[in-house]
Amino acid sequence: VQVNPVKSQPTTSPLIPEMATQEVQLNETLAHLKTESETLKTKLEEERAKLHDVELHQVAEKVEALGQFVMKTRRTLKGHGNKVLCMDWCKDKRRIVSSSQDGKVIVWDAFTTNKEHAVTMPCTWVMACAYAPSGCAVACGGLDNKCSVYPLSLDKNENLAAKKKSVAMHTNYLSACSFTNSDMQILTSSGDGTCALWDVESGQLLQSFHGHAADVLCLDLAPSETGNTFVSGGCDKKANVWDMRSGQCIQSFETHESDINSVRYYPSGDAFASGSDDATCRLYDLRADREVAIYSKESIIFGVSSVDFSLSGRLLFGGYNDYTINVWDVLKGTRVSILFGHENRVSTLRVSPDGTAFCTGSWDHTLRIWA
Amino acid sequence: SSHPPAPAPGGRSTHDGSSMEKVLVAMQDPDMGMKMRNQRLLITVIPHAMTGHDIITWLIQKYHICEEEALHLGEMLVKYGYIYPLKEPRCLVLRPDESPYRFQTPYFWTSTRWPASELDYAIYLAKKNIRKQGELVEYEKERYSLLHKRINHTWDFVVMQAREQLRASKQRRKADRIVLECQEQAYWLINRPPPGVQNMLDWGLERVCLFVCVCVYHVSLHPQQIETSRRALGRNRVKSSICLEGYWPLTAAFCCTNTINLCVCVRVLLCQYQNHDPIMQGCLPSNPWISDDIAYWTMNSEIVPVPTRLRVERWSFSFMELLSDAMGRREFMTYLEKEFSAENLHFWQECEEIRHGESSKIIEKVEDVYKNFLAPGAARWVNIDSKTMDKTLEGIKRPHRFVMDDAQMHIYFLMKKDSYPRYLKSDLYKNMLAKAVVPQETKKSVFPFMRRQRHSSPSPAQAGAPAAEEDGRAGTNSAAGSHF
Repeated sequence: VQVNPVKSQPTTSPLIPEMATQEVQLNETLAHLKTESETLKTKLEEERAKLHDVELHQVAEKVEALGQFVMKTRRTLKGHGNKVLCMDWCKDKRRIVSSSQDGKVIVWDAFTTNKEHAVTMPCTWVMACAYAPSGCAVACGGLDNKCSVYPLSLDKNENLAAKKKSVAMHTNYLSACSFTNSDMQILTSSGDGTCALWDVESGQLLQSFHGHAADVLCLDLAPSETGNTFVSGGCDKKANVWDMRSGQCIQSFETHESDINSVRYYPSGDAFASGSDDATCRLYDLRADREVAIYSKESIIFGVSSVDFSLSGRLLFGGYNDYTINVWDVLKGTRVSILFGHENRVSTLRVSPDGTAFCTGSWDHTLRIWA
Repeated sequence: SSHPPAPAPGGRSTHDGSSMEKVLVAMQDPDMGMKMRNQRLLITVIPHAMTGHDIITWLIQKYHICEEEALHLGEMLVKYGYIYPLKEPRCLVLRPDESPYRFQTPYFWTSTRWPASELDYAIYLAKKNIRKQGELVEYEKERYSLLHKRINHTWDFVVMQAREQLRASKQRRKADRIVLECQEQAYWLINRPPPGVQNMLDWGLERVCLFVCVCVYHVSLHPQQIETSRRALGRNRVKSSICLEGYWPLTAAFCCTNTINLCVCVRVLLCQYQNHDPIMQGCLPSNPWISDDIAYWTMNSEIVPVPTRLRVERWSFSFMELLSDAMGRREFMTYLEKEFSAENLHFWQECEEIRHGESSKIIEKVEDVYKNFLAPGAARWVNIDSKTMDKTLEGIKRPHRFVMDDAQMHIYFLMKKDSYPRYLKSDLYKNMLAKAVVPQETKKSVFPFMRRQRHSSPSPAQAGAPAAEEDGRAGTNSAAGSHF
C-alpha cells in the first residue's frame, strides 16, 4: 500500500471551515474584551479624578523653599571595562556592588575606593545586581536569564564562582533583582514580562506575577508595616503594585508615555516615584490611587534611567540618558539642581542606606559617589 | 568593531529623536527661532549659519536655564548630528564662541536614515578619495581598504556611484557644495565614529517587543486587566487633600486635620525631620564622604553605649522607625518587660523569622511559635481576638510562610496603638533622649588640601576580621587593600 506524504499547508488558509469560524470567534472575543477593558479603564480614571481636590504643589505652598546646597563627586570608582548597568548598597552604608556589560560584578568599599571582590559572570549585560541584607552575599543576573547568588568570601584564593547558587530562572533577560527582608528570598523582574519571588535555599519559585504586557524593567519593595507589596514598572508604560502573597496586581498606573525604567518607594511607603524614557519622573499616591506629581522641564529631553529619594523624601534624584543628574523638590515639583560629571548615560542611581550620599553608575565605565 | 551593531531583528530601539527634533523645530521657528546669518568661509558665503554663542544664548532664553546647562544641551544636539560645525567639521563639538554652525538637513537625521549601510559608506569614502587624493585620514584609509576586501564584488558600482555623485555636485554652486560636504561628513562622523570617539548610536540592549502579535497573551491579559480595573473601581480611595498633607513622614495624626492649612507645629516638625536628611542639611559631626572622617558612622553603629539625639528622635516618627533600629527595639523590649507585655514583641519577632527565613525551617518555627505563644497555657501567651486565633490555628494544620500574618498584624497594631505611644511618653524614653549625644561639628581642617586617612572597615562578609589602616592620600586604589 502506498502512503502519500502529507504536505504541510500554509497556516493562513485554514483547511477546514471549522477553523475559520473559530478564528472569527476568537477575533470577536478579543475585540469584545478589549472594549470592555477600555471602558473600565475610562471609568476608573473618572472615579480617581472625583477625589482629586488639590494638587501637591498647592499643598506644598506652605512649605519652605529649599536653600542652595552643593553636591559634588566625592569618589570615582574606576575598574569596570565596559558600561556600568546596575549597583546596590550594602547595609553597612559604605560598600557597594556593581555590575557591567562586560560580565563583571565588583564589590567595592566605596569609601576607600578599594575593590574587595570580583566575579566574572558567564554572560554579558549583567543588568541586575543586589547586595544581601546580611552583607555576606550578592545576587546578579542579566542575559543569562537567571539570578544567581554568590556568597562573599574573604579568602583571596577562593574563586567566588565556585560557590555560586542559581536561584531564579526566567525565559528572557533579568532586568532587576532585590532581596526581601532577609537573605532567604529574592524578587526578580524580567524581559519575559513577569516578576517572580524565589526561595534562595532551594531555588523554588514561591510566587509569580503576571500582568505586564511587555518587558518588566524595574521593581522596588514597599517599606510598609505589613511588608507584603512591591511595585514594578515596564515597557508597557505601566507601574503595577503587587501582593507578594497572592500574586495579584492590586493597583495599576498608566500615565507615562514610554517605558518605565525605574520605580522607587517614598520613605513612608504611601507613594512611589517612577522614571521613564518620556523624560519625566512621576509620583503616584497609593491611597489616592493616582498620579499626584510630574517632574519635568522643557529643557530635559532625554529619558530617565533611574530614580531614588533622599532620606526624608524631600528630594528626588534622577539619572538621565543625557549624562546628567537632576535633583527635584518632591513637594514643590521644581528642579533644584542639575549635576554634571559623567561622560555617558547614567544607568543606575541609589541613595546610601543612611542618606549621606548617593551613587551613580554610568555607561562611561565609572561609578561616582555624590554628597 | 569599527561601526555600531545593527539592532536585533524584531527588537525595539528605545531611542527616537523626536524630543531633540522638537527643539530643532523651535530653534528654526520663523518668529521665535534663532537669528541666522551668512557666514564667510574663506571666499565663499554660506547662508543660514549661526554661531555657537548664539545657540547657547537662544537655549538659555528659551528654556530659562543656566549657561552650563545650555552648553550641555547644545552639545547633545551637535553630538547627535542635528547641528554641525562649518569650521573644523571633523570635530562634533559645540564651541561657545563665534564658531559657525548650521542645522543638519532632515535627510541626514539619525532617526530617519539609520542604519547606514556599508555600501553607502564605501561610496562616501570613495568620493573623498577621488575628489582629493590624501583627503582620507588614517582610520578612513584602513576602513576603505577593509570595505574594498569585503564588498569587492560591487566595487565597480561603488566607484561608478561615487563618480556620478561627484559629477552632479560639481554642477552646484560652491556654497551648496560646501554645505553638502559638511552635512555628509557630519552624518558619517556619527554613523561611523572615528576610533576612540563615543558611539552615539549605541542604544543599549534591545527590548523585547510588546506582546501584541501573540494572541495567547491578549486572551489572558485582557480578562486580567478587566479584573484589575473592576477591583480598582471598588477600592476605597482617599481624597488628595488628605493624602498629600501626609507627605512628610510624621503623618497619621496630622493627616486627620482635614484642612489645607498646616499648623505651626507641623511646620516645625517638618523642619526637624528634614534635619535628619544628611544630603539636605548635613550631619554631625560631619558627612564621612565629604570630610573622610568616619566618626558619624562609628557614632551610629548598630549598638553603641550612647546613641545620638537624632537617632532617638527618629524612634518617635513612627513605630516602624523604632522597630527597624536594633537599639530602639531593645529599648522598647525593656519597656514592655516593665509593662509585662514583652511577649508581644517576642511573638512579632518570631513571626518575622517565619516570614523571611528559610523555607525548610518553617514547619519547625511555626510549631515553636504555637507552643510558646498560642497554645492554651503557653508560657508567653499573646492576646489575640478569637476570630484571628481560630483562623490561625486552622492554618497551622498546614503551615506555610504566611500562616502567622493575621496574628502578627494584630499584635503589631496592638503594640503600635497602645504600648508605643505610652513608651514615647515614658521616663525610659525621655531619659534616653536626654542623655543622647549631640555631636560637635568637626572643625574644618586648617590645611584643606591634606586629606585624612581613609580607614577601611571590617567586611560584613566576615564579621570579626581586623580593620586595616589604609593610606588613602593618593586617592588611587591602594594595592594593599585590593584582593586582586
